[in-house]
Amino acid sequence: MRKTVKKFIEGNVAMVEGAIAAGARFYAGYPISPSSEIAETASKELPKHGGMYVQMEDELSSMATLLGASLAGKKSFTATSGPGFSLMQENLGLGVMSEIPAVIYDVQRCGPSTGAATKPAQGDLMQARWGTHGDHGIIALSPSSAQDCFDLSITAFNLSEKYRTPVVFLADEVIGHLRETVVIRQPDPSEIINRRQPDPDTKPENFRPYDFSGNTPAPMPFIGDKKFLMRTTGSTHNEKGAFCPTPDNINRVTNYLTNKIEKNADAIVITREYHLEDADEVIITFGCCVRSAMTAVDRLRQKGIKAGLLQLVTIWPMAEKKIRSVLSSVHRVIIPEMNLGQLANEIRKFNDYGCKIIQVNRNDGILITPQQIIDGLEAK
Amino acid sequence: MATYKDYMLFDKLPQTWCAGCGEGIALQSIAAVLASTGYDKHDIALVSGIGCFGRVDDYLDLNCMHVTHGRALPAATGIALANPNLHVLVTMGDGDGVTIGGNHLIHCARRNINLTAIIANNYNYGQTGGQYSATTPTGSITSTSPYGHVEPPMDICKLAAAAGGTYVARATSYNPVQMRKLIKDGIYHKGFSLIEIMVACPTHYGRYNKQGEAARMMKLMNEQSITPEEASHMTEEELSNKIVVGCLVNKERDDYYTKYHKIIEEEREEA
Repeated sequence: MRKTVKKFIEGNVAMVEGAIAAGARFYAGYPISPSSEIAETASKELPKHGGMYVQMEDELSSMATLLGASLAGKKSFTATSGPGFSLMQENLGLGVMSEIPAVIYDVQRCGPSTGAATKPAQGDLMQARWGTHGDHGIIALSPSSAQDCFDLSITAFNLSEKYRTPVVFLADEVIGHLRETVVIRQPDPSEIINRRQPDPDTKPENFRPYDFSGNTPAPMPFIGDKKFLMRTTGSTHNEKGAFCPTPDNINRVTNYLTNKIEKNADAIVITREYHLEDADEVIITFGCCVRSAMTAVDRLRQKGIKAGLLQLVTIWPMAEKKIRSVLSSVHRVIIPEMNLGQLANEIRKFNDYGCKIIQVNRNDGILITPQQIIDGLEAK
Repeated sequence: MATYKDYMLFDKLPQTWCAGCGEGIALQSIAAVLASTGYDKHDIALVSGIGCFGRVDDYLDLNCMHVTHGRALPAATGIALANPNLHVLVTMGDGDGVTIGGNHLIHCARRNINLTAIIANNYNYGQTGGQYSATTPTGSITSTSPYGHVEPPMDICKLAAAAGGTYVARATSYNPVQMRKLIKDGIYHKGFSLIEIMVACPTHYGRYNKQGEAARMMKLMNEQSITPEEASHMTEEELSNKIVVGCLVNKERDDYYTKYHKIIEEEREEA
């Protein structure tokens, strides 16, 4: 059992510490700024825990290797940024369709394309949601501190194992390179979720690797299990994992892959509140912008304005119920984000209440300041 | 004594491949080789990509991971590194293995991942209507080279050998006895092994290039076949329409897992 220690580390390093604490023992990736410290730390730390690091030839292969390792029994992770995340979309879809757990750390930078490689942005919300083709659900978490990078890594692996799905850890350059004191602890075994195994009484011939009857994935034995044979595929399949492209089955599988996440949103969604209970002016944001937003709330409160913050820790699935409760109770919300309105556009979808949506956007690689958020409120 | 039938699934038969396709011969050879090894099927993992030969997993009663086009080798890399006790087989076609997936093949061979790649080469993309691939011979007619193919073909075995593959062999579907021996040697080989299997595609490649029906294509394949010994005395020009069959590379080099595991043994901290 590792002792609990405090370390002054950057978010990228804390992510690896969190992944290892969650039980991850396999990393496959391709280095890319501003995520490379994750690869470097994984290559250094994993062998100490009996784990393995492999640096692949590109992100296409990294994602495929990750899924193979996961299927053979290792909790697996990779790290990337926008351009690499684009390449991973192909096999992220394979993970979604095959229902194989894995965690993808995306430390966002300015895009599109090479963009400004070392500058922060939050422009991958939609890439995380819809980057791979076809209808499906996805889980994405967004940290706002180095401590989050550790704690939410455990959450990310747990969600991935529970729902048999790849989970996106949607960090940004600010948080990835932010150095803070982080409490590194070994979670209690009861905190760790491992993928469900078949009931031991199940006869091997009766085992099915897929179940589309509800919103809970089938048990998932490892390749190498001595009793059950495992079969996964990226092709539309039946319960046996056999190719089955009938119209009824395509419809059933696609709906299941969406509902598995969306119908479990109440159990998945994580939000945080800061002075929200009596707030008249509400900021809704995520990731690095949370830090500026908290300072903005403090300054507004000092001026006698009842400001509050709703932080979205899960970006996907969207915290629809919580967002609706805010939109229905205040006259306006302010949404700072380091893109041109990807979150604001999602929030508009829920705005059946005539609430005014104020955007504060920045896409120049500079962090949004508390004053900008305050100015955004006061200008309207 | 196990037979090939013990490793097969029969509920998807008849097989998807066209009449005269050589891939059924390769499928039965794989199942027969597995039976001859006596391996517990729980200890075998089959990874397949997309294309005609990517459908092999439909007919095998094994642990199967059917992945995206070109990515079978990296997926298999993950399996092989996560559990070194598994016997990992990878079935791909020439499109999957060396065209869209060529870069992965190079690096998988270089890393010397402990797995067996079986690539069925039919000179074209059969499943999608006979478009040209990286192994299509120059001048060939395909559905996307209607005026004759202008590119030179890739030699799969030479590529694998140059990249560091430690076991490289080629067989034709005309000679399943040799095919089985080479596949079995590849499976027993520790490290990256690759067996290229020449298969006729009478539906597309043969038809476009007026090679006659399947039996004629098989005979042609046999007429073109020469041993590595015979090839060693021939000029590049003389070799241009020959198929060198047999074991081409067989050497020992520590595989990735073995080398990396030494690091783990040295660095591992007490839990």
